Amino acid sequence: MSLTILEKKDFPNFVRRLMTLYRVGGPARENGGYAFKIIDDPDDLELDYPTTILPPKKFLLPPRETLFEFDNAWDGRVRPARAEPRTVVFGVHTCDLHAIQLLDRVFATGHTDPNYLNRRKQTLMISIECLKPCDEHSFCKSMGTLTADEGYDLHLTDLGDAYAVDVGTQTGKNLVQHARTSPATPEMIHKLNAVLSEKWPRFPYRLEFDISDLPSLMSMSMKSPLWTELGERCLACAACTNVCPTCFCFDVKDELELDMQHGRRIRTWDSCQLDEFATVAGGHNFRKSRALRQRHRFMRKGKYILDAHGYLGCVGCGRCARACLVNITPVSVFNELYRQREIGGQA
Amino acid sequence: MISQKGYSSSQAHDEVDNQLFLPVPAKILQIKPLTVQDKVFTVQLPEGLSLGHRPGQFVEVSVLGVGEAPISVSSSPSRSNGTFELCVRRIGDVTGALHRLQPGAVVGVRGPYGHGFPIEKFRGKDVLFAPGGLGLAPLRSLIYQVLDERALFGRVIILYGARNPSELLFMDEIEQWRKREDLELLLTVDRGDDTWQGNVGVITTLFRHISVYPRNTVAVTVGPPAMYRFVLMEFLGKGISEGNIYLSLERRMKCGVGKCGHCQINNIYACQSGPVFSYAEIKGLEEAL
Repeated sequence: MSLTILEKKDFPNFVRRLMTLYRVGGPARENGGYAFKIIDDPDDLELDYPTTILPPKKFLLPPRETLFEFDNAWDGRVRPARAEPRTVVFGVHTCDLHAIQLLDRVFATGHTDPNYLNRRKQTLMISIECLKPCDEHSFCKSMGTLTADEGYDLHLTDLGDAYAVDVGTQTGKNLVQHARTSPATPEMIHKLNAVLSEKWPRFPYRLEFDISDLPSLMSMSMKSPLWTELGERCLACAACTNVCPTCFCFDVKDELELDMQHGRRIRTWDSCQLDEFATVAGGHNFRKSRALRQRHRFMRKGKYILDAHGYLGCVGCGRCARACLVNITPVSVFNELYRQREIGGQA
Repeated sequence: MISQKGYSSSQAHDEVDNQLFLPVPAKILQIKPLTVQDKVFTVQLPEGLSLGHRPGQFVEVSVLGVGEAPISVSSSPSRSNGTFELCVRRIGDVTGALHRLQPGAVVGVRGPYGHGFPIEKFRGKDVLFAPGGLGLAPLRSLIYQVLDERALFGRVIILYGARNPSELLFMDEIEQWRKREDLELLLTVDRGDDTWQGNVGVITTLFRHISVYPRNTVAVTVGPPAMYRFVLMEFLGKGISEGNIYLSLERRMKCGVGKCGHCQINNIYACQSGPVFSYAEIKGLEEAL
């Protein structure tokens, strides 16, 4: 919508001002790495961070949330969960921004999910332009998520002493009123262009084929021998899906207090990699082997979610690759499937 | 869709459905044991709300504090009377808790969900039902809808099988069906006992006793996953086309609304696109059968 300049020396005051109006979260140091946290000191925000273990998805789809509470398990009456405070999330990388756009689509399609969508309405996104790859597992450039032109309220680009602030929404426009900004001068716009064009060669392409070929590659790979191989390595620990910014499958459980009257229904993240995920009452498991479960995971990422929602289910953040104990990575899987096709391997 | 605010048939996509995960309190009016593991619950929604279901659809039933489970509706919309029936096998946490309830108890209900049987496509045709075991529970809804509009259909054939005589469901009603001249009924059990005079063998052994006019026949089967392969081969062997064969796929429909992922079969959600499918629709899906 528009572009302004925020000097870095004025940034803490901007955050402090927002903290009086919103809950503020963003990347902060934790246990030698970084995590998205709710902060109470602007100095805790570190916008120049490599990546986090868990994506900012947790502000929208928390690992555990209450769907409703009840005071008497026997009268059937329930109370919807309380609304959560308005939250501003700083420092969202563009891969995660793409993932959030996918989640927005998923939860607004068909039956609209009140818990997600109400929380989404309460959450403002201030994203940041990545100027270097997080590490060797990032493949955002191959996935086309190296930048984003929508999905944010404000988007920051680090220009050294200042941030270029791109206003994406009306809400973002209101937010930026709380900052001391100056109009972007031609010099600053020139600098922004230079920063953006210099970043591009720093990121490698890591897939050996164009991403537009991924869905059809997946369609042809249903019977690939690779799935059996992955099944033999996979520990079914679900680390990959737990750290994924686009995974949205969940479980629903009831909790009852010791008085056997009060309780709540909660939803928690769940994983298609766990043995009981597709098991029905009576014990029949529709995806019994780890090979089938790995296939399901990668088919979702490369094809199924695209079929259903129009977005690829992988944004190239590399979190699952970092989390996997046996080195099953989307880059190696997609490339291997591609090589199998190229050399005329099994269908 | 039932909701605490009243009846609404569809949701606009840009509107948030704040009631989506909130079960409506419904009263159990009557509980009738069918077998040692199956009971039929007659359920009434509050304030005269009607479930408004189609045969083949399911509801999510809550026992607060225990959890929620998808249960197919067993009664026909043509006999609603302001109530509906659920035939529940005691097999997990929620169904175990349901079995411990007494009449008058309140459970939570969400739904109905999913696509039911396209009964309008069945009219004018012969209908061949082949339920196995608990599969009669959802098919009973469709069977009564057909029987209540009997003149609109051709022949009605029911082939029903269970593992043993004590697991045959709705036997009092089946005895009434047996007396009807406009309905052909054959029963079988995998293993007989001293009381059993009828056919012994799996359900596919009944097919040799019937002949159908395949161009004008719709075939419907609901049963355990292992049964489908064999029953489908019998249907196809009779010359019935893939598009005229219907089945209902059991999956773990945790949310019922196409989000939680547990019921996914390749790229489709069984709770949204199904649970009722034609064989033509699912034969290309690797994980369907």
